[in-house]
Formats: sequence, C-alpha cells, structure tokens
Amino acid sequence: MTRTVFSVALGALICVLPLFCNAYWTDVCVMIGLYALLSLSLNVILGQAGIFHMGHAAFFAVGAYTTAICNTLWQWPIFLTMPLAGATAALFALVVARPIIHLRGDYLLIVTIGIVEIVRIALLNDVFGLTGGSNGIFGIARPRFFDFRIVKSIHFYYLVWGMVGISLVLFYGLWRSRFGRALNCIKADDVAAEGCGINVSRYKLAAFVLGAFWAGMVGTLYAAKMTTIAPESFNFMESVIIFAVVILSGGSQLGVLISAFLFIGLPELLREFSDARMLVFGLAMMLMMIWRPQGLLPPGPRRYPVVDRILGKLHSSGQNASGGLAGLAGAEVETPVNAQTAARTGEDRP
Amino acid sequence: MSLLALSDVTKVFGGLIAINDLSFTVEAGSIVGLIGPNGAGKTTVFNCITGNYTPERGQILFDGTSIRGLRPHRVVELGIARTFQSIRLFGKLPVLENVLAGRHCRMRAGLLSCMLHTPAMRREEEAAVARCMEELDFVGLADRCHEAAGGLSYGNQRLLEVARALAADPRLLILDEPAGGMNDQETAALVEIIRAIRARGVTVLLIEHDMRLVMQICEKLVVLEHGTLIAEGEPETVRANPAVIEAYLGADDEKW
Ligand SMILES: Nc1ncnc2c1ncn2[C@@H]1O[C@H](COP(=O)(O)OP(=O)(O)O)[C@@H](O)[C@H]1O
Ligand SMILES: [Mg+2]
Repeated sequence: MTRTVFSVALGALICVLPLFCNAYWTDVCVMIGLYALLSLSLNVILGQAGIFHMGHAAFFAVGAYTTAICNTLWQWPIFLTMPLAGATAALFALVVARPIIHLRGDYLLIVTIGIVEIVRIALLNDVFGLTGGSNGIFGIARPRFFDFRIVKSIHFYYLVWGMVGISLVLFYGLWRSRFGRALNCIKADDVAAEGCGINVSRYKLAAFVLGAFWAGMVGTLYAAKMTTIAPESFNFMESVIIFAVVILSGGSQLGVLISAFLFIGLPELLREFSDARMLVFGLAMMLMMIWRPQGLLPPGPRRYPVVDRILGKLHSSGQNASGGLAGLAGAEVETPVNAQTAARTGEDRP
Repeated sequence: MSLLALSDVTKVFGGLIAINDLSFTVEAGSIVGLIGPNGAGKTTVFNCITGNYTPERGQILFDGTSIRGLRPHRVVELGIARTFQSIRLFGKLPVLENVLAGRHCRMRAGLLSCMLHTPAMRREEEAAVARCMEELDFVGLADRCHEAAGGLSYGNQRLLEVARALAADPRLLILDEPAGGMNDQETAALVEIIRAIRARGVTVLLIEHDMRLVMQICEKLVVLEHGTLIAEGEPETVRANPAVIEAYLGADDEKW
C-alpha cells in the first residue's frame, strides 16, 4: 500500500521535475533514465531469472552502433532504427548466449564479462570498416517525431522517461504472468523447475534475448542524445554499474528506479566533495550489503484476486479447506478428514 | 499395451552399474510399487524415466512412444509428473505459485501476451489459478495458498509436491518416497489421497519404504536389488518370494 502511494508520488515528481531543473540537471536526469532503462532490462535477466550476466553494456553498444551506422550511412530516421537496434542486439544475444546459457552462475559471469570486452575491442578495431575505430561515429541526427525535432534536454527527458514508463508497465505485466513465475522458479531451483515442466533453457534464453532487445533500443536513445558514440562509452565499468544497480535494487522495479538514482544521481549531487564522494559511496554500499543483503526493495507478493472468491466458495460449500495434514494431528476421528475430502473431490471429477 | 514399459534399461555411474538390464511394465490405471533396499537404484530408475538421466542402454516407452533421452520438461508435457525424494519445492514462493509452476506446461500465453495481459491471457491465468486451487483443496492445503511453501510442515510439503505434479494433468504420477518423514496419521491420509488420485484415472508408480503402505495400495510390486530386478508381481506373491526375503534379511521384519 505504502509502495503504491510512493510510486504514484514518484511518478508525479518525475512528470514535473524538469520544470524546476536547469539544462545541466535535466541532462543528469536523462542519464538516470537511460541507466534505469538498462537496469530494468537487466532486472529481467538478473533479478527475475537469476542469470549472472555482467555484460549488458555489450548489447547496449550493439544497439547504439546499429542506430549510428544506419543513420549516418543511410540517413535512416532515428526512430526507424530503434526496432532494428533492438533486433540486432537480440540476435547477437541469441548467438552468444545459446552455447553458454546452461553454465552455472559464476562461470556464466566470467563469460559475459568476456562478451563486453570482445565487443569493445571489435569496435575499437573498426570491425567491418563501419564503426570508426577509437574515434567512434559522430554526426548522428536528432530524432524527429513527425514534424517535431527532439533537440533540447527537456525533450530527451520526456522521451527517455516516457520509455521508462512504457517499460515499467510491460515488465510489470511480464512479472505477473506465467513467464515471470517461470523465471522466478528457475532462479530458485532450476532442476525442480525443469522437473515440473518448465523449459528452463528456453526461458533463460528468452529472458536474455528480451533484455538484450531492450538494451539495444536504449542504445538508440543514447546515440541520439549524444550524437557521438565511441567504444569507451561501452566498457566493462558500464556493465558493472548496471549490474550493481540491479543487485542493490533488490529486484523490484521501484527498487531499480531508486537504485539508479542512487548510483547516477547521487554522485552528481555530491560532486562538490570531489574525490571523497566515491569513498562515501563505496562505504554506503558496503553498509548496505551488511544490513540489507536482500537489496533495497525486493518484489512484493503477486496478487491473485480470484483466489479469495474461490476460497469463499470452498468454505461455503462446506468442504474442508484447511490445514492439510497439519490439521490432522489434532483430529480425533479415525479416518482422516482431509483424506475423506480428497476421496470425495476425486470422485466428483469427470 | 502398457502405459509405461522399460526394457533392458542400464544406467552406469563411472564404474558403478546403478541399474542393470531392468525391464518392467506399468499398466494403465494401476498403482505399482518399486521397492528395494537403500541404494538399490530406485531413484535412479525414476530419474531415467523423467529424463533427468539418460540410460546407457535400453528403451523406455510411454504409451507406445520412446521417451528415452527426452529432457524432463518434455516428459512432463507428455504426461509423466513426479515428486522428489528430497523435497524440491520453491520454498520462498507462495504455496499457490508452486502449484502454478506445475500448471505452467499446460498454459500457452507467449511473451507478448504476458507483457500486455491480453484478454485471452487473463482468462487462461484465471482458469489456471482456479485449477490449482482445486488441486490444493484436493490435498487439503487450499487455505494456506498464500503462505511460503518453505514454512509448511514436512508432511504438507510432500502433499504440496503431489498437488504441483497433479496440476500438470499427468497420466502417470511418479512418487519418490511420498511418506518419507510422515507419521502414521499422515501416512494414512496419504494412502487415501493416492487412492483418490487413481480414482481420477491417474496411474501411480511409487517408491516406498513403508511396507505396510505398499502392501495396502499396490496391485503390483517391482523389487530391485543392486540395480537388478529380483521379483515382480502381486504383493502377496512377492512377499513370499525367497529372493526378496533374502534381500530384506536384516531389514526390519516388523515392516513386513
Ligand atoms: N548422480 C549420481 N552419480 C553417481 N552415483 C549415483 C548417482 N545417483 C545415484 N548414484 C548411485 O547409484 C546407486 C543407486 O542410488 P539410488 O537410485 O539413489 O538408490 P535408491 O533410491 O534405491 O536408494 C547408489 O549406489 C548411488 O550412490
Ligand atoms: Mg531413493
């Protein structure tokens, strides 16, 4: 309940915030939004499915370069490149993840770190003669929405945070579905998940590819905002920050937003303390991991509104809907009550 | 034709032959018990059937089609659901979601419908929840659907595993020591539940140490020792079989 109130308040704040910010702080907010998007997409992979993936910047890079290349070489409009950027990143994720997705946590972590490095080095070496080497690509056009040119910080602010809003809704829907439950089961115990009928490798792969698709689309927004991209923007540190945002968040989407603010916004606010700020920051992280190892805000329980109706029906029909075998311990009757119920419902079935 | 037929199944771990040329059948509609001393290879047989292990040799036919080497989720889709000897619930997830995990393979909503909560997806979801609540009521746990599965008593956790398996609409239910850790009263309730499961038309294959339970409900017993079949048939005949008595010599006579 408090969470709902807080979410609504936060939503309202985000809507009006740029009215009180200068261009600099609006830009900071745009960066927070971009990291929030990347973290929300990684949250599906790491938070929901428990796949230790520390190479998310690689997919972000693939998306950004796809947009940059299509726009500068062939003058594609930015928004048109967005689905392509997502699809390219997703395809890349599919190819690299397929052989490694079954690896156990720590091994997978190492391999995904390798992926970022491979991508960065490939970009540095001007792969296919398209990526511009260490200089990167510049002169990326501004996006257009019909006749409206998105140029100013505040325009990007609403573009990025609008996308955050859409992502929140879609990923929340995913979490509250068989898909989200399957990912949570896999995270808890993949052998049990497979044993009760969940195609573990398919769902892991799907989570990975979906997360990569999103990161690719965020790459488009980033390229459009910056107009210049270079390999160094997609290094290992970026991956680590996104990873840390998700771990700190605890796995809920609200947690991810707060955590993205803490990681990207707070260091800016503390800028006047210059070097000491990273010290404070590191210390805060350590204390956090000691006192709240589960993260800031773990997801609450999913709600199933139909359950109450079903329970009501069970009670009114006089059936025994209690305690299972635990209820039996105190029962005096010779034949267990629950077993009778079981036999009866059994016969009722077609 | 038998619902399940193993022929000449052999499973080797390194140098250890865990199952040796094992053949037996399970007829549709029956309750069959797989018994034998500890380490005889019973759980390994189950793991070969459910796809957790692939046997080195031999054939496993379910309703006429080979299931040898299929991945576990495929075996569940085909209609064989199981419980684990060492309980494997999703302990932090609510009871209801554990059962919903078993229902997963009978649901169809794809990635996009899940993200968008389309009307068809909502309908499917509601039907699945209703069905899972029925299964919980069947084992007597409906009222505890919101609790974390890990907080249930041992006996109730075993029942929850049964409910989770039943939610997958199995034709064959495989139970690995379902009465393990239950007291007499709980075991008596379990017997009724297993009978009710058969009354629903589900065939049951179970491993059990509690001989009284096995004698009470099984129409057929398969006895393993050191991975080899030593007896097979009706409980009364098997019980009188000298080889079986030999295998169990030193074991608790009371249990017989
Ligand atoms: N994954 C495994 N790796 C190696 N040996 C195993 C494995 N699983 C079972 N075994 C061995 O196979 C034999 C049969 O084990 P199991 O099937 O669990 O016996 P039961 O269930 O009848 O008590 C035991 O000797 C056991 O140590
Ligand atoms: Mg065993």
